Amino acid sequence: MDINQKYTPQSWPEHPETATMEGKNKFIGFWLLLAAETVTFASLFATYLALKDKGPSGMEFSAAGLYELPLVFAMTMILLTSSLTSVYAMYHMKNHNFKAMQAWLGITVLLGATFLGLEIYEFNHYVHLGFGYTNSAFSSAFYTLVGTHGAHVLFGLSWFIALMLRNAKRGLNMYNAPKFYLASLYWHFIDVVWVFIFTVVYLMGVIG
Amino acid sequence: MAHDTHIHVRSQAEFEYTKKKRAEEMRGHLATFAIMIFLTLIAFTMVTAGFSAYLIVPIVLLLAAIQVVLQLYYFMHMSGKGHGMVAFFMFCGMFVAFITILALVTIVWW
Repeated sequence: MDINQKYTPQSWPEHPETATMEGKNKFIGFWLLLAAETVTFASLFATYLALKDKGPSGMEFSAAGLYELPLVFAMTMILLTSSLTSVYAMYHMKNHNFKAMQAWLGITVLLGATFLGLEIYEFNHYVHLGFGYTNSAFSSAFYTLVGTHGAHVLFGLSWFIALMLRNAKRGLNMYNAPKFYLASLYWHFIDVVWVFIFTVVYLMGVIG
Repeated sequence: MAHDTHIHVRSQAEFEYTKKKRAEEMRGHLATFAIMIFLTLIAFTMVTAGFSAYLIVPIVLLLAAIQVVLQLYYFMHMSGKGHGMVAFFMFCGMFVAFITILALVTIVWW
């Protein structure tokens, strides 16, 4: 059978992401990656917690005096909303509505790019205050943890854009349905990590 | 071939049923989203209101845990069928994550 086999909403399987052997393998392999990513981020969180507010004597910056909650709140709401829009995209993917899926993915990408822009603004602001990467053990741990998350956002955005462009004329089929599904799982995982970042880094940082 | 699948054209009734079930599921996701926004608002409000740190820290951590469970089980469909191995992977990951954080946080105390 041809991988470019055309489907209609009636013949589209109920779970297109795991309807083929290829899809099943991708699904299980990708979740294994997410489990490994959990450990990666845990090691960065552990480093941050161990080194929070630590550095050379007389260092100027501490978590309580640095973070600005209104910006973090805006970033949180934007990323959380982008998680919902990617749920909408997968809802339309399962209904075999390619155009609606592309539109919701487009909105997700816009929200993700806004989030990334705000994060770049935040880092730039801190660096201008004199809180650079090499400032203290605390600053290195902070930038490595939050920056790794930011790099994941950038990768997720590029992944979505690449999928949307590559498949713009192909439409939905068994070849790309698992790909779209995995990219949306990755996007949700990015939000999962952010929930812990805004709680452990920012909220608990402001309390001191 | 790896992309092979059995093509099953659903009857109109079957099709309508799946579509309706999916729309209901989507409404559930919207409710989940509302709860997540609400939990986030509580967490930020508590910190801004300036309660005692001993009260805030356990509560915001609990709120974060609830939000992550909602994200994993509903948005990422871990509550759906065929996610047994997925749950095994994730719980192993979380276990190692917990040990890692515990070890590094306690090392700096001693």
